[in-house]
Amino acid sequence: MPESSSEVMDIRSSSVEYRPSPLRQFSQSSLPLHRDYMLSDFCTEHNVQECLSHINQEVSSLGLPPLWTEASGSSEMKVVPVLNCMYDLIQLHHRGLRTLENMEVEQLKTSSNVDFLQLSSTHLKEQLELSKRENTGLLERERQLQLKVKTLQNSLKTEKEEVQKLQNIIASRASQYNHEMKRKEREFNKLKERLNQLLADKKEKKQAIDVLNSIGRADGKRSLWKTVKTEAKHEGEMYKTLLSNYDTRQRELLLENAELKKVLQQMKKDMVSILSSRKTALRGDKHQDAGKQVDAEEEEEVFDSSKESVELYCDQAREKLTNSIRLQWRRLKSHVERLDSQASLAQMGENTNSDAVARETHEDEMDRLKLEIQQCKDLIQTQQHLLQQQLSSPCDDETASLLSDCFMLQEKERFREEWKTLEEQRKIFERERRNFTEAAIRLSHERKDFEDDRALWLKHQFLSLSPFADSKKPQMSKSKSAFSISKTEVSAETDPEKLIKCRSGATSPIPRCVQLTPPPTDDLHRTLCLMPDNRSTKPKRKVEHVEESQISFNGNIPVQCKQWNDSEDQYSHLLPKEKTSSI
Amino acid sequence: MNFSEVFKQSNQLCKVSPDGKYLATCVQYRLVVRDVETLQILQLYTCLDQISHMDWSSDSLFILCAMYKRGLVQVWSLEQPDWHCKIDEGSIGLVSSRWSPDGRHILNTTEFHLRVTVWSLCTKAVSYIKYPKACQKGIDFSRDGCYMALAERRDCKDFVSVFVCDDWHLLRHFETETQDLAGLEWSPNGCVLAVWDSCLEYKVLLYSLDGRLLSTYSAYEWSLGVKSVTWSPSSQFLAIGSYDEKVRILNHITWKKITQFEHPATINNTKAVVYKEVVKRPAVCSDDLSLHNITIGNTLFNTQSKYEICPTPVQLPVVKPDPDRANPKIGISTLAFSSDSRYLATKNDNMASVVWVWDVQKMSLVAVLEQTTAVRCFQWDPRRPRLALCTGNTKLYLWSPAGCVSVQVPTEGGFQVQSLNWHCSGDSLILLGKEQLCLCYMDNDQEDK
Repeated sequence: MPESSSEVMDIRSSSVEYRPSPLRQFSQSSLPLHRDYMLSDFCTEHNVQECLSHINQEVSSLGLPPLWTEASGSSEMKVVPVLNCMYDLIQLHHRGLRTLENMEVEQLKTSSNVDFLQLSSTHLKEQLELSKRENTGLLERERQLQLKVKTLQNSLKTEKEEVQKLQNIIASRASQYNHEMKRKEREFNKLKERLNQLLADKKEKKQAIDVLNSIGRADGKRSLWKTVKTEAKHEGEMYKTLLSNYDTRQRELLLENAELKKVLQQMKKDMVSILSSRKTALRGDKHQDAGKQVDAEEEEEVFDSSKESVELYCDQAREKLTNSIRLQWRRLKSHVERLDSQASLAQMGENTNSDAVARETHEDEMDRLKLEIQQCKDLIQTQQHLLQQQLSSPCDDETASLLSDCFMLQEKERFREEWKTLEEQRKIFERERRNFTEAAIRLSHERKDFEDDRALWLKHQFLSLSPFADSKKPQMSKSKSAFSISKTEVSAETDPEKLIKCRSGATSPIPRCVQLTPPPTDDLHRTLCLMPDNRSTKPKRKVEHVEESQISFNGNIPVQCKQWNDSEDQYSHLLPKEKTSSI
Repeated sequence: MNFSEVFKQSNQLCKVSPDGKYLATCVQYRLVVRDVETLQILQLYTCLDQISHMDWSSDSLFILCAMYKRGLVQVWSLEQPDWHCKIDEGSIGLVSSRWSPDGRHILNTTEFHLRVTVWSLCTKAVSYIKYPKACQKGIDFSRDGCYMALAERRDCKDFVSVFVCDDWHLLRHFETETQDLAGLEWSPNGCVLAVWDSCLEYKVLLYSLDGRLLSTYSAYEWSLGVKSVTWSPSSQFLAIGSYDEKVRILNHITWKKITQFEHPATINNTKAVVYKEVVKRPAVCSDDLSLHNITIGNTLFNTQSKYEICPTPVQLPVVKPDPDRANPKIGISTLAFSSDSRYLATKNDNMASVVWVWDVQKMSLVAVLEQTTAVRCFQWDPRRPRLALCTGNTKLYLWSPAGCVSVQVPTEGGFQVQSLNWHCSGDSLILLGKEQLCLCYMDNDQEDK
């Protein structure tokens, strides 16, 4: 249907497109009509009156005002009403034309519609034909299939019959076979008997045992005569073993049962606790308050009774326990289900009550945590404050003195001592540096002198090559002394290794390098860091111990120790002896 | 792991005494007793003919040598080498001979299962038990040696007789509800007797020591049924292997099925570890193909093999059994619980190269060992959860929960392991070849680490 409607639409649109053509047609067709008018001789000179009346009648029949009334009496026609009438007529004519046009368009539409409908009807007819043919085909197939089914059913029936027959045959054969077998077995047994007899009767090649000397029983006892007593004993022993077996099994089962009961009890306890917590949460809800409370009481009662039942292994108690567990379980299940449904509701994005509650709790939690953080921060701040106070003014007020215990005081003392020693050290270094700068100045002076001397000497040398060689000797002696000094200086300057050695040796009182100034600050840091274990060689030994104990490891720990050791060594090297002792 | 030198042996007759001190081997008609530790020959006995069966008495003092063809049994004493005992079954014939649990009686089954003769070494007395049934496992002694269950057939009906081994007093005698009883086995605690029907019918019956029927179990009808039955050492489980390639585990309280272990051709279980033996032939240069090297023979067998862990799913090789043949090669033929009852090893006959190891605690598959050749024999360590298996090649395979190894037996001339036996201490293994034997010592300290 939609197809056909769209087609109709298409056709309509096409008709709209072709609208001008019928107009043209009409205009063309109207032209000859007009000509007909021109040629018609409806009115002549003679029949003007009749014509007039006729036209008048026609006009009035058309519902227009009459052109001419006899009442006016004048035979003359008035122009105005005629023109009016003509205008009206033309209007009428136009209207008529327009409606005609519309009608024609409509007709076109309908004709196209009719065409389309005809087309579709033929199409449908074809389809009908096709489906009819198909239908007959299907009917034919169905018939064939039915035939097939019938044959298959028949064959199934025959097969079933066959199976039945075969089964019967098998059964009969089996019974026959069994019978035959039994017969054979009987025969076989008879043969066996006969053989036995024959063998027993036969004198030669009899069964025999040849033992050098018979041996004792494994248990060392003598065999007993077979009596009723022994028989009873055997029976007794058999039942004893059976009983002991049942006993052990029962014990095992008892143990297992106890274990299971314990588990059950635990489970129940957990369930009860969960459910009770839920109950307290729900108690705010006024809908279920009364009923729930009753339930809870009941529950507690049941729980208590079941508690006793663990000790009492009687059926009633067991029943109670299982019942209570079942009850709890049902409750838990319903609870979980409710939770599930709640969760699903929350997932749906509905701002349900539970969601709001959750958010509230979340917010509460958040607030709590924030508060905690704030508290922690405060604590840290106070601690910092106290620390700073202690550091800035060790003994200014009572609170500080109260807070600082003896250890702190000791430490402070030590700090101060250290500070003192370091100050001393600094002073020494300062002095050394001064000495050194002085020495350097001296050295530069000397060098300058030496340079001058050398220049002089070179000059003299140069001059000595020349014929004037008299004034050489005194100059030489002077330069020699200068040279010796300079040599030592040069060695000190150009040999950095030696310098470092001197520095690492550190005990040498003669300062040679300006670089010696930084170590004190380094040392200060070190001493501050390694405060507690600074006494003489003790740490070294400790480290050795550690290394020994950690020989089994081959990871990074020993290496670290070594590093530490190294640093320790460095440190000990760097610090002058008297300083370490003072610390 | 160390290996001893190779000794001669015939008929795969080689047994360690129950106390674990001596090793008895048969070479043709000679019986050699060695010290297990030093492997030095302690005693040498000569029998009248080729020995077809040999067994230690429970107290490790006597050794029984049966010569079935001659209908003879000779007993040797370890303490008194000149003591001798000869039992002649005469023209009645002999098909099986065994010690009674006390080690003072010998039970001989005569030809055609005419009767069981009980010979006493203490009194030279002889007694007969008539109508023994010729079946898969017709006689079983309880673990404590007190009782003997014997399957009997009288008037085309199956019976079970329970004897007190002490004086062969018939304690109970009852008819079983079986068509054709195939076997019986005591539970390790000696209180329950499992009886199963022949493979034509799936039926397992459980009898109490006093002859009461405790339970009957039948998994299905019509198709071939039980193939193997084993108790767990704890007597807690009864594992039943059947022709439908499944193992069913019964519990000892209700005697109902706890679970069933299926043996599918494709393993999809992601928790199970599939060990596949991969053989790598050593690269043979063209020079090595000379006659000289081939004649040595050793290189031919010297293939390297190791286990690879296959990611699941794994397709196992399956041989379709011939449906026209009797005793089709399908179903669970071998079942063995580990000594701690923790693991169960099984073998499905139409996947002969695969051994399955199941965890009894979790009731699930733990490991699958896919060998390159058919598994001949597997046995659990009597002390630890450790499984040893052999496939008739020069290698010994070991599985433990920690993993799986294959060990080449370093002997000359291609020692092919046909069968193996653990020493009762679990410290050594006796490997049996066709004509030889070799001891394999486990270095347990290393393994424990």
